[in-house]
Amino acid sequence: MNKEFTPLEFEKSIYQIEDKIEELKNLSTRTGIDLKEQISTLTKQAIEYKEQLYANLTPTQKLQISRHPKRPTFLDYVELITENFIEMHGDRKGTDDRAIIGGIAEIQGQPVMLIGTQKGKTTKENIKYNFGMPQPEGYRKALRLFYHADKFNMPIVTLIDTPGAYPGIKAEETGQGIAIAENLREMAKLNVPIIAIITGEGCSGGALGLAVANKVFMLEHSYYTVISPEGCASILWRSAEKASDAAQALKITAKDLMKYNIVDGEIKEPLGGAHYDHKLTAKNLSDTIIKSIEELSSKDAKTLKEERYQKFRKMGVFCE
Amino acid sequence: MSLKDWFANRKKRRLETALVDSRVCDDELHKLWVKCYNCNSSLISKDLDKNLLVCPNCDYHFRINARTRIEQLLDKTSFEEINAKISPADPLDFVDTENYKNRQKKAKKKTGLNDAVITGFGEIDGQKLALAVMDFEYMGGSMGSVVGEKVTRLIEAAIEKKLPILAITSSGGARMQESALSLMQMAKTSCAVAKANEEKILYMTLLTEPTFGGVTASFGTIGDIIIAEQGARIGFAGRRVIEQTIRQKLPSDFQTAEYLMKYGQVDMISHRKELKNTISNIIKIHAKSTKHQKKSKK
Repeated sequence: MNKEFTPLEFEKSIYQIEDKIEELKNLSTRTGIDLKEQISTLTKQAIEYKEQLYANLTPTQKLQISRHPKRPTFLDYVELITENFIEMHGDRKGTDDRAIIGGIAEIQGQPVMLIGTQKGKTTKENIKYNFGMPQPEGYRKALRLFYHADKFNMPIVTLIDTPGAYPGIKAEETGQGIAIAENLREMAKLNVPIIAIITGEGCSGGALGLAVANKVFMLEHSYYTVISPEGCASILWRSAEKASDAAQALKITAKDLMKYNIVDGEIKEPLGGAHYDHKLTAKNLSDTIIKSIEELSSKDAKTLKEERYQKFRKMGVFCE
Repeated sequence: MSLKDWFANRKKRRLETALVDSRVCDDELHKLWVKCYNCNSSLISKDLDKNLLVCPNCDYHFRINARTRIEQLLDKTSFEEINAKISPADPLDFVDTENYKNRQKKAKKKTGLNDAVITGFGEIDGQKLALAVMDFEYMGGSMGSVVGEKVTRLIEAAIEKKLPILAITSSGGARMQESALSLMQMAKTSCAVAKANEEKILYMTLLTEPTFGGVTASFGTIGDIIIAEQGARIGFAGRRVIEQTIRQKLPSDFQTAEYLMKYGQVDMISHRKELKNTISNIIKIHAKSTKHQKKSKK
């Protein structure tokens, strides 16, 4: 395993096994004793163990991976999956929110409008991108770009990784709720295919404001929820320490949400999570996008809109 | 009767009368008097009711439940409820410090409602409209699958009947016990509003104390016309969350209807006594204009 990362708590056992393997290798070269067999069995066991571990992560463990500081960001994906990305700045009303970035690009030769939330990897970057928490102006920029895509018949792809829309004084004054609500309403009216992918954190209305789509996917270790497990715990349990209980109860993983038809599919991540192999993650992402566009682009505008409407129309469970 | 018996009886009598008396008093008191949360003055309940639950001294608007709202706003006996039987399930088997099913039962007992919204058709000054009224008393007016479904069905029915729609909100936000399913109700209701837009159906919202979170960020704030009731607190994020995030105290009028109007987020603020008249006029003007439009097209 790539040693550049500090292991997460549940990954420590893997790191220990890998250290053992490393030791054996060193021992073998130093002393000339043939340890090949032991090393290869141990390596095999380690891989099996890892596969088991990552296939059965608890929601809290997934939460940790989805928030990993080295997880690929929107701009990483831009670099890895697009050709000729041309960023389009600003909401035309006085602000260019940096937490949402968008522009036109080609993915495997297919023109798209690509929009996403941007997080930083360092504190400095995170301050620049406001930790991936958009202001109302970010949602308004996205809306402007949605209209552009609609006008020029470009499929829209959104990549979402946000702990939520920013809760601040100015955000309330300029209408955070309204900005999100207007996006929800306007996305319903668009005539082009829309594909939304939760790549990391899909938290609350801040995520949904870019996700009223024909197809909604989640990366394997991302999460999507109405409220952060920490927020939920502090309200319902009156203690933020119950976050892991809340994460369990909220059913936040791709597999859970596929059961309720909220999410159409899960996109595989490399063993250990997206941060271990940006390229492979990006490739899986790109392939999913292209496959979906191919599927959707044969449909006319009316069908796309009606299908989008019906998709969300059916969501919800109640008694009658 | 011996003297001893007399004393014993007297004690018993006193206890009985005291019990009965205090019970009567308490009940009657509750019925007769209410304290204003704002100016602390004691108000006679009947007067307060007559005054539409607005304090006659300081104009404080008491929060009102859905049934009372409908009574206050619509022409007498004009309301016909639809989809009253839709009630919540527990799709996630959600348990926090209490299980969701229990919370539903308690809320139903407290309010007599199946969930946090009443929908139906009614009239204001003889003009028909579709109406959704949220009730904060039912689990903080939170929006889960039932609220989303009922609001969406109402909008769809109004489009069918070509009637103006009024959504009256009072909600703490999305219902956490249904997690992402609640989140999706924001999309569902907003998509329904999009349909109403495309059919040029007038969609009005009235934001009342309090309106927050998922309702603010969906069908609450995408009205063609947004009215805020005087004194209502309206916002996206809760006050506490913002204070924790920015680590400073917020101004006392932060997120009030008046504050939002100052920043251009609502069309108007209405005193409760003016509401019926205002809404009636909005409907009237739009109806006339639509008629005029149809004529000129011909």
